[in-house]
Amino acid sequence: MSLLRLRNLSVEFATTGGRFRAVDQVDLDVDKGDVLAIVGESGSGKSVSMLALMGLLPWTAKVTADEMVFDGHDLSKMSARARRKIVGKDLAMIFQEPMSSLNPCFTVGFQIREALRIHLGMDRRAAQARAVELFELVGIPDPEQRLKAFPHQMSGGMNQRVMIAMAISCNPKLLIADEPTTALDVTIQAQILDLLVRLRDETGMGLVLITHDMGVVAETAQRVSVHYAGQKVEEQPVRPLFRAPHHPYTSALLAALPERATDKRLPTIPGVVPGQFDRPKGCLFSPRCQFADDHCREVPPTPRGADLGLARCHYPLNTDERLAS
Amino acid sequence: MSAVTTDAPTAKTGPVVTARGLTRHYEVGGGLFSKPRTVRALSDLDFELTPGRTLAVVGESGCGKSTLARVVTLIEEPTRGDLSISGTNATPDAWKGLRSKVQIVFQDPYGSLNPRQRIGQILMEPLLINRPQMPASEREEKAREMLRLVGLRPEHFDRYPHMFSGGQRQRIAIGRALMLEPEVLVLDEPVSALDVSIQSSVLNLLIDLQEKMQLAYLFISHDLSVVRHVADEVKVMYLGRAVETGPKDMIFDNPQHPYTKALLSATPRADPEAAKERIKLEGELPSPLAVPQGCAFAPRCWKAQDKCRKTRPLLDGAVQKSACFFPEGDGVPSADAPES
Repeated sequence: MSLLRLRNLSVEFATTGGRFRAVDQVDLDVDKGDVLAIVGESGSGKSVSMLALMGLLPWTAKVTADEMVFDGHDLSKMSARARRKIVGKDLAMIFQEPMSSLNPCFTVGFQIREALRIHLGMDRRAAQARAVELFELVGIPDPEQRLKAFPHQMSGGMNQRVMIAMAISCNPKLLIADEPTTALDVTIQAQILDLLVRLRDETGMGLVLITHDMGVVAETAQRVSVHYAGQKVEEQPVRPLFRAPHHPYTSALLAALPERATDKRLPTIPGVVPGQFDRPKGCLFSPRCQFADDHCREVPPTPRGADLGLARCHYPLNTDERLAS
Repeated sequence: MSAVTTDAPTAKTGPVVTARGLTRHYEVGGGLFSKPRTVRALSDLDFELTPGRTLAVVGESGCGKSTLARVVTLIEEPTRGDLSISGTNATPDAWKGLRSKVQIVFQDPYGSLNPRQRIGQILMEPLLINRPQMPASEREEKAREMLRLVGLRPEHFDRYPHMFSGGQRQRIAIGRALMLEPEVLVLDEPVSALDVSIQSSVLNLLIDLQEKMQLAYLFISHDLSVVRHVADEVKVMYLGRAVETGPKDMIFDNPQHPYTKALLSATPRADPEAAKERIKLEGELPSPLAVPQGCAFAPRCWKAQDKCRKTRPLLDGAVQKSACFFPEGDGVPSADAPES
């Protein structure tokens, strides 16, 4: 039984222009010790699906799912109160902007001890000792002094470490990292990614990495789930995904990377991600797809089998077994 | 194409921008009883920008990339050093005449376009200010021409920035920068706010425009895969100083400075099967308020010795120059460097 099991997750936002579907029938599974990367461009619903899982969406969002099971608990049927006992403890999240996710009015020590006090019921002394231990774990030098610092007194990389320390403070079973390194420099990014993978190895937690950086995906993830316009369009282990993508979107995305370029002119994907009012009738990628035909434009494709990377496509690519294996 | 054609000098011409010992320091703090302290944002930078070629400046935050952009675009005066733009020494009294030769494209296309102006107005504004005697009809004609050149449609002329996607906005920002027919374009992280699929089309546009108009690019970026794709020359900066500079292929294939090597190895590669040999740098960038004596990189360098901590190495080398006492690789910059 997997740690996290999402079936048919959809999120709709009530906007003045009508309903907007940000996440559309997404299935996901994460096991213990798994590193799953969710990739997609802005507007692909990758963050929203995870925020829905955490119960952090505003009231305008309508979350529906056939199954939303985390560690044996059905999150969709739980009361908000019971859910809060799990979220932040067994299910933790790191956000993109460390500076704006920390409270500027309190020291980082106060903020990390708060989580320990509330979720684990530690007293002051125990919480302090654990906080020092956590800071050492995430590689913050001089932890006693740093616990007294306010977020603005530390660099972005250090604040992101504080966020990670806070997220792992209660030994979560699943850690969701939403673009954890996008705001950071590459040498710091390398340190943070190493840290996350090391923590996964040590604690056996599951790790979900939301990112748009294919380099980060290639170096960190085991499995990759590619999202487009709210839908999961493909999911494969990392090596076959880069070697033989099945969905034309994945293929085009990889081809557009400068480091894969063979020519001075980069291959591009024409057009933009469909918005609220120009959602195609058939396949959502069909207006930008070089392989699309009338069938694609009329009939929305359903996910294919696991051998074809669950690709949501009528005409998946690289179907030749020899290529894919 | 009347708006932009500049007799496309295909033959190699001299540099359009020359900088020698370019330095910019800021004084900060300094209350009643304390002395102001100096932020050494940019120190002793030498470079040249040549028509039709791209100089990429890479480095992490705090390395002085953006200060460099501000100095070259004549937003700030250098503390020391010489900057000459198309043969004219760029002192503040000459700025007014030179500004139309150097234009800039900023990182964030959401923040750099006025939301209350239509695209046409945005494009025409540089002409309105710098060429006040130009008739309105000609101005509009040039703006419409530019719209086409950057790959937008004529009907976009009367729309507002919020109606465009990030990639289209960046095209507008590029168009605005080109309205005055500049010779130099400073690109400050032009694609890092964009998605991958959009990024590639904006990069293609920049490459096309450079070929068409023989522009000299100063390309500032932290994304090494983008730099590798667009640059001719690369300059690696650390805490306000160039630590390594040279032709792109030499820098990427045979980095000499340990920092360059660490930066290259830290950049994730989109290839899960590539052998990973990552150099892990300890610690973070020192504050530019207290630049270490000696080599600025010494506190994070794995091969630093006493000599490094005492004296600062100078940029040294024939074609590929690096500022290190113990350079990587074979230590000898290959003599058969491509003279492109």
